[in-house]
Amino acid sequence: MNARTRPAALDPHDLRLDAALQLLEHAGQGHPHGEPGSTAWLQGLIDSLCDISSRDALTGLANRRSFQVALSREIDRVARAGEPALLLVLDIDHFKRVNDTCGHAAGDLVLKAVASVLQDAVRPMDTVARVGGEEFAVILPNCPSAFGEAVAERIRRRIENRPVVISPRQEIHVSVSVGGAFAPQWVRSSATLWTERADLQLYRAKAQGRNRVCLEPTAASLVSAEEKGLLFGTSQFQDLE
Amino acid sequence: MSTPSADNGNTRRARITAVTSGKGGVGKTFVSANLAAALARRGERVLVLDADLGLANLDVVLNLYPKITLHDVFTGKNTLDEAILQAPGGFSVLLAGSGMVEYSRLTPEVRDQLLNVVETVKPRFDRVLLDTGAGISDVVLFTVSLADDVLIVATPEPTSLTDAYATIKVLATTQQRVAVKLLVNQVLRPGEGKVIRGQLQQVVDRYVSQMINADVKLELVGEIPSDTAVREAVQRRQLLLECFPGSVAAQAVGALAGRLCE
Repeated sequence: MNARTRPAALDPHDLRLDAALQLLEHAGQGHPHGEPGSTAWLQGLIDSLCDISSRDALTGLANRRSFQVALSREIDRVARAGEPALLLVLDIDHFKRVNDTCGHAAGDLVLKAVASVLQDAVRPMDTVARVGGEEFAVILPNCPSAFGEAVAERIRRRIENRPVVISPRQEIHVSVSVGGAFAPQWVRSSATLWTERADLQLYRAKAQGRNRVCLEPTAASLVSAEEKGLLFGTSQFQDLE
Repeated sequence: MSTPSADNGNTRRARITAVTSGKGGVGKTFVSANLAAALARRGERVLVLDADLGLANLDVVLNLYPKITLHDVFTGKNTLDEAILQAPGGFSVLLAGSGMVEYSRLTPEVRDQLLNVVETVKPRFDRVLLDTGAGISDVVLFTVSLADDVLIVATPEPTSLTDAYATIKVLATTQQRVAVKLLVNQVLRPGEGKVIRGQLQQVVDRYVSQMINADVKLELVGEIPSDTAVREAVQRRQLLLECFPGSVAAQAVGALAGRLCE
């Protein structure tokens, strides 16, 4: 853009801002500070809109959009700095049953409770997001592989142990299945590949009976006894030994 | 090659092949050096880069006493051109040299240095062989990630097979490597390489391919018979292709080079 052909200065009063201000009020953000129409006021409005559009309305967690941004940023950072990062994906077990038997209001309370436990169970630097209906994700930068299991298990246990009050006389317990994968250090990879690997572990956790953690094995514990059995077990190989 | 078209004459880049194994002591460096000589005989301009930064021994295999090594390039003491040496077999080498232990962990600095070296040599050669260290360390994984293709060297020993399998699995799951070349070294009878490839492929099909939702294919590119000439050449610190060109192992290396040029 050529600076000399810049359009005439912007007059904020020409902008239609009613809908934006209404959205802010509804989200409980209040109006921006400063003189209405001033640059500072407009910046405040834009900042608030960005904040709203990056959060999940029900739980206040990062939404799917800002999760994708954070994930891409983390992949870049891992490839550059070489610090291991862990991605966890979580799914509330039998959530449909909660909605069907206790009602959608109860379902919302469960989602909020899980969100709050998640947020409390990790470090402030970690990104906790609601990426789908009853699906959550956590990005843990600089998480050594030795700690992966511990943090995922802590999250699972805290959710299991936290009763959700859905009415003055009723509380219910929910559980989550957790899948996780570490970002490959130093290696060119992609956010999609990383998510797929974590999702695969989540499917494993579900298939193994739910309310459990499955992390992708790291290089140290790579070949299972089962695989070794198949590798050496056939008669064809024994013939040659 | 004889009729380069106007647009690819200056932009030709080396094919980069990582030679790796999982387990140490399976003849990785022996293969890198002799394969380089065999490729050079076929007219390729070949560079072997000793990427085993912690425990480099390409200099030992080639009986070279380099004054300038990759270490000096990394520290900025010398230029890359000064560190590229001519090896006996008609190819070029970049030796890690001693004093590289401090680089055996992949810091951002080492990573950038390696990347820079590989990018710089790419346009000048037809083939670059990256002789990686043993194991599945982050240095090895990073080095392999720079390569167009991976050659895994294994012997029929169960420990070697397990480590080769672990390597294939890590490369498939972390780098989406779905095509891996396999060389079986020190085979005791003809056809053993084929059996071993079958064993590995079977486990890969069952466990790895379903993990990444894609078929991972192992291609057997050669088998090198167990041959006393190899031991003798290594003892003399000479290339097998130079001192025993007629040995069965040397012929197998020649066949391997032919296969890789296809």
